[in-house]
Amino acid sequence: MFYREAGDFKTSYRDDGQTFPIRFDRYRYYAVLVFGFVVLPFLLNDYWTNAVFVPFLIYAIAAIGLNILVGYCGQLSLGTGGFMAVGAYACYKLTTAFPDVNIVFHILGAGIVTALVGMLFGLPSLRIKGFYLAVATLAAQFFLVWLFNRVPWFYNYSASGQISMPERTVLGIPVTGASVAPWAGYLVCLVFAVALAWMARNLTRGSVGRRWMAIRDMDIAAEIIGVNPLKAKLTAFAVSSFYVGIAGALFFSVYLGAVEVGEAFGIQKSFAVLFMIIIGGLGSIFGSFAGAAFMVVLPVMIKLVLVDTLGWPTDLGAHIQLMVVGALIIVFLIAEPHGMAQLWRLTKEKLRLWPFPH
Amino acid sequence: MVLPDTLLFAMEAALNGLLSGVMYALVALGFVLIFKASGIFNYAQGVMALFAALTLVGIQQGQVPFADLIHALTGVEMHGFGWTLPAVVAIVLTGIVMIGMAMVIETLILKHLVNQPPIILFMATIGLAYFLEGLGDTMWGSDIKAMDVGLPQGITGWIDESTNSLFGYGFYVDQLNIVAMVVAAILVTALTLFSQYSKQGRALRAVADDHQAALSVGISLRFIWVLVWSIAGFVALVAGIMWGAKSGVQFSLSLIALKALPVLMLGGFTSIPGAIVGGLIIGVGEQLFEFFVGPLVGGATENWFAYVLALLFLVFRPQGLFGEKIIERV
Repeated sequence: MFYREAGDFKTSYRDDGQTFPIRFDRYRYYAVLVFGFVVLPFLLNDYWTNAVFVPFLIYAIAAIGLNILVGYCGQLSLGTGGFMAVGAYACYKLTTAFPDVNIVFHILGAGIVTALVGMLFGLPSLRIKGFYLAVATLAAQFFLVWLFNRVPWFYNYSASGQISMPERTVLGIPVTGASVAPWAGYLVCLVFAVALAWMARNLTRGSVGRRWMAIRDMDIAAEIIGVNPLKAKLTAFAVSSFYVGIAGALFFSVYLGAVEVGEAFGIQKSFAVLFMIIIGGLGSIFGSFAGAAFMVVLPVMIKLVLVDTLGWPTDLGAHIQLMVVGALIIVFLIAEPHGMAQLWRLTKEKLRLWPFPH
Repeated sequence: MVLPDTLLFAMEAALNGLLSGVMYALVALGFVLIFKASGIFNYAQGVMALFAALTLVGIQQGQVPFADLIHALTGVEMHGFGWTLPAVVAIVLTGIVMIGMAMVIETLILKHLVNQPPIILFMATIGLAYFLEGLGDTMWGSDIKAMDVGLPQGITGWIDESTNSLFGYGFYVDQLNIVAMVVAAILVTALTLFSQYSKQGRALRAVADDHQAALSVGISLRFIWVLVWSIAGFVALVAGIMWGAKSGVQFSLSLIALKALPVLMLGGFTSIPGAIVGGLIIGVGEQLFEFFVGPLVGGATENWFAYVLALLFLVFRPQGLFGEKIIERV
């Protein structure tokens, strides 16, 4: 009824190529943005911010980053945790070295540092593919975590080997450190998430994104039609790592505040982000958000139901959560290999015809 | 014969590295088997080893499976069946469990994923790994367990004595590593004989060569898959016993198994001898690197050395030492 292109006339190429071609979709998108920016900050309390919203936004950024590499460029990576650690430590080093510069620039700087490291570890992708590359990225994961654990310069020779974030402000309002208001941290993450998602959407539908997808679909054929695999793969690694690095920086500075590298950025993190994009949908920005939301909400739900309501022991809840996550991955791969994004697409197709069957 | 101390220590480290390399190779064998027969890169191999070890200990000590879950659901407290089974019986029972698991995996997962791209299958095995890990913990609890199936442990007397009389310094070599070496040798021989001379083994190789051609001459793909996953489960059980006896049955077992991946990359995904040679190279390289370079950079280099070595190696030879040459057609 209301979900139609009918009556929505396009008079320019610009209109024709827009992300939300259906008017209702566009308004829904603006409504979500307004809700996120204006309404939610007033409703948030400590628990919801720390348990759901901030991790959701940060993981969404990381998932978009990994999705660019895996979903758009077809290079499987298991090094996300390591690259997030690079972002976190770069942010820490920058903010302790230049305390007067605004934290936003430090986070962006952390992204750039991670992009460089990502390109370095992306170099082997020119020679090796598929599983071999996946295992090669494990080298990044283990080496980087070891590096941050063992070289004292990275954690400023602190006795505990941890890094902890000093208080930093944006426009005079503290966003990191102990005395941060729930809405402030949330808004910082939201601004980054929205800006980066917007950038990713426009990158992936432009010529850069088409080059990535050509490499993903068949690298040799792509090379023959004039795509430079060196440039395409390395830009994918760089952009992907930039996103992952920012996610790592936010994860450390805004979300956790203090980090022990093996615990926060271990191999489990790499898999968690990989699961988000599988469940959410490979090669979809919306899918990255959906997958991140799912993987953040699922443990909270399981804990809420099993531990808090039914009174089961915490470790049993954690074990069952592992089983549920594993089973869901398999179910999604069998039933809908394109993830929640595809379900969403199908729903929209149905909605366009509704209430008619054809 | 008097040799400088450093050389002696290095030799000891290399010898031990060689033997722990065998342990990596044990896990890597399971990967190779499944990869050859079905083209699936089975990430869950390490967790299968953990699961097998947990089940073995659980059965042997008469634990009630899902005791915590049953307690949470019904409030019934259970403290085990109160028996201690002989190791052999427990191993056979665990073997049966692993075969059952292979069947379940085939029916519930693999059957539905025929003809999917390899990357999807790989991710499915990651999901399987998570599920099995959760299942193992839910069934048997997540506390660290001691594995006791009567394997000899401690210093190997004759190596200590002979090196002592030769160099005036006794090498410390764990008996368990010697056992692992013997077991690996038997396992590789048995697997080679099986795949070369038995009917099923030939069918298995046919499937590995070409699924469709094998189907067309009447080989049941599904049976072969169950067979392969059962064998991989058995190899996982052996690896689980060895690793469990070495360092206790605990979660980190599945992470140690991750190290089988660089072993495979060195050796090539499709070669059984490659898995052994790769394991040895990684084992020795890791020990020597830690011995010579480790102290300079803060130690614990064995966390990443294997991966970086494999990464550098692959850049020069993408198919590994013994792997089939990668030919790409458009």
